Amino acid sequence: MLLSGWGGTSPSRAEVRHPFDDADVVAAVRERPHRGVVARGLGRAYGDAAQNSGGLVLDATAMRGVRHLDVERARATVAAGTSLDDLMRWLLPEGFFLVTPGTRSVTVGGAIASDIHGKGHHADGTFGSNVRALTLVDGTGTERHLTPEDTPEEFWATTGGMGLTGVITEAEIDLIPVETSMILADTERASDLDDLMARMDARDDEYRYSVAWIDCLATGRSTGRGILDRGDHARIEDLKPARRANPRAFDPHAVISAPPIFPSGLVNRWTVRAFNELWFRKSPKRSEGHLVDIGWFFHPLDLITGWNRLYGPRGFVQYQFVVPFGQERAVQTAVERLSLAGAPSLLAVLKRFGPANPAPLSFPQPGWTLALDIPVGDPTLPNLLDGLDDLVLDAGGRVYLAKDARVRPEHLAAMYPRLDEWRAVRHRLDPDGTLRSDLARRLGL
Amino acid sequence: MQDALGGVQTVLVLGGGSDLGLATARRLVDDRATTVVLAGRDPGAMAEGADSLRRAGARRVEVASFDALDRGSHGAFVERCWAEYGDIDLVLVAFGVLGDQDVAEHDADAALAIIDANFTGAVSVLIPLIDRMRAQGHGTVVVLSSVAGERARRSNFVYGSSKAGLDAFCQGMGDALVGTGVRMMIVRPGFVHSKMTEGLDPAPLATTPEAVADAIVEGLAKGREIVWVPAALRGVMSGLRHVPRPVFRRLPV
Ligand SMILES: Cc1cc2nc3c(=O)[nH]c(=O)nc-3n(C[C@H](O)[C@H](O)[C@H](O)COP(=O)(O)OP(=O)(O)OC[C@H]3O[C@@H](n4cnc5c(N)ncnc54)[C@H](O)[C@@H]3O)c2cc1C
Ligand SMILES: NC(=O)c1ccc[n+]([C@@H]2O[C@H](COP(=O)([O-])OP(=O)(O)OC[C@H]3O[C@@H](n4cnc5c(N)ncnc54)[C@H](OP(=O)(O)O)[C@@H]3O)[C@@H](O)[C@H]2O)c1
Repeated sequence: MLLSGWGGTSPSRAEVRHPFDDADVVAAVRERPHRGVVARGLGRAYGDAAQNSGGLVLDATAMRGVRHLDVERARATVAAGTSLDDLMRWLLPEGFFLVTPGTRSVTVGGAIASDIHGKGHHADGTFGSNVRALTLVDGTGTERHLTPEDTPEEFWATTGGMGLTGVITEAEIDLIPVETSMILADTERASDLDDLMARMDARDDEYRYSVAWIDCLATGRSTGRGILDRGDHARIEDLKPARRANPRAFDPHAVISAPPIFPSGLVNRWTVRAFNELWFRKSPKRSEGHLVDIGWFFHPLDLITGWNRLYGPRGFVQYQFVVPFGQERAVQTAVERLSLAGAPSLLAVLKRFGPANPAPLSFPQPGWTLALDIPVGDPTLPNLLDGLDDLVLDAGGRVYLAKDARVRPEHLAAMYPRLDEWRAVRHRLDPDGTLRSDLARRLGL
Repeated sequence: MQDALGGVQTVLVLGGGSDLGLATARRLVDDRATTVVLAGRDPGAMAEGADSLRRAGARRVEVASFDALDRGSHGAFVERCWAEYGDIDLVLVAFGVLGDQDVAEHDADAALAIIDANFTGAVSVLIPLIDRMRAQGHGTVVVLSSVAGERARRSNFVYGSSKAGLDAFCQGMGDALVGTGVRMMIVRPGFVHSKMTEGLDPAPLATTPEAVADAIVEGLAKGREIVWVPAALRGVMSGLRHVPRPVFRRLPV
């Protein structure tokens, strides 16, 4: 089967199998396929992380379900192929939420392997920081029970390990108790990037969730103008009386589906400029304490099924980096360069990260992260992004492997200084190099 | 691996002494390529090209011996390449001969020598090579065809027919490769100033090897199946295709 990531770039062909349980995974890994094996979740990594050209890919989504819910301790044991969408539909009515990225269409295994973050990183940490234990079938086909206390090296190498330490089959995760499925949110508009970052610095800590959207096509004095969305879970008394009878209802539907065939080039600087303008205008200058659905607050893109197809067959890349606090200048420069280049980026996302966790390849570190989508095809794009890599490196930052599809391999060690430490543990878990992916080949991981 | 923007890491140039091949390899090295294998008849003659790639920053440059006319050796050649260099992301088929039209028109052996190098030899190496790439599950094959293959011209139809055969073979192969992770890109340059055309009068829209290289790199980034160099040739040729033969014969092209 031809597989690509969410960006639709660099497709490659692999044999795909759907293991139903741990025994199937063990058997597949023990076959030691000639070009290796790697797990795949819902393919939401943007680049080539869940591809293995010419080899075997284990689609984990048939391993699905909640195996145990401990209501007292707010903890669930779930099969690794379960999507966060399922988990939220099943668990929100029971009063539990979880660390979530910008889409519900990711699996628990993918969330751990990329050590994903959400709008609440500064308060709750990453997804991996909320995992209490996991089951891993390592590169020799041996099942292991990993916890941060008993097997810290293996546990943290697997968290953020991009599937290269083994196949995760099950995880025990901490849940976030909630009274409702609504968010009590504040929205503000910022006139430029300085203003936006100042507002985030000043009051992010008062909110559990915080994220800003930047219009990278705005130029001149409005360069980096943005909208800041922050909030926390609403309590029952925050709801309108009519809603209080059923406070945790959660049944989101996509409102529209993108057409399957769409030419490349329609996402261009003119259409994007118009969209960004509209988005900016539609937001209130300031609005405090409005109630929004969890789905609308966290996953607005899930309202359009297959929106990635709007970029056409050539696809798009997402560029996401983080630079430490104190390197605000690098964020400014990046936004200025993107704005000058006129790279047609729909709303870039800006966020402040909290502390890092012990995982050597985990992306988040204290600082500013910026993420933006850019269509592929403009011949100046490789240089623009290579230049941003240099900027990020100079500032002591890194790019996010779950989003990457093009970084130069020679930059990896500088971006992830603990790479060799990770490699040593990976080598213990996969001494024969059975776990392989296109990302690993491209970056020499 | 090939990256999202068309950047590749390992490149094999068949016809490693070709001006167009070397200019393209240099562009790919400027971008991301770290390993380049130059394969051709005369390894000594490729040494200088290899040095220029090293100076451009390639980490590994190898010279391998390959003769398009020695069909019996092609299978083993392909196996050796993969054994020694690992995954190959991009193969550039750049070998070819122009030949002497005036001689070839009357001398069957001379005509067949052109066709054997440009068409038969290419088919012979492309088949095992593409099979290897299919097994690898990814990769790109870039083939230097020519506008001369688009419509036969009085002045070079032996060469033109060899390119027409190659071009048709590669179009069909490109379709066969859909869904395999392997891509075929056909490049149709017009007149390019190179060793091949030294001493000839340049045709209209004549261009340089560097321009061909740029067009190839852009075509890779955009996922093109056919690239014309210069791009304007596409329009010109679609017009010329319909010019009546009595007129076409007399055109100075
Ligand atoms: C619209 C959108 C918004 C996003 N927002 C965010 C965000 O806010 N924050 C964020 O951090 N990320 C975000 N992402 C990225 C996404 O969360 C990650 O790429 C995530 O890993 C995708 O999970 P998946 O199940 O689709 O995994 P895949 O994309 O299929 O795989 C990703 C990686 O996980 C590995 N993997 C998958 N399953 C397993 C398993 N069972 N065992 C071992 N390894 C496994 C794969 O080998 C691969 O390396 C977003 C993506 C999209 C499309
Ligand atoms: N230049 C143009 O105007 C033009 C236009 C359209 C298309 N093209 C095509 O582009 C390609 C490259 O051309 P170029 O301009 O770069 O010409 P070039 O510099 O003359 O290169 C051609 C190369 O092919 C090699 N070659 C010839 N016969 C071979 C064989 N049997 N086995 C292995 N290698 C062989 C030659 O090597 P030796 O030194 O061993 O002979 C030479 O290195 C050719 O396919 C050509 O037809 C060129």
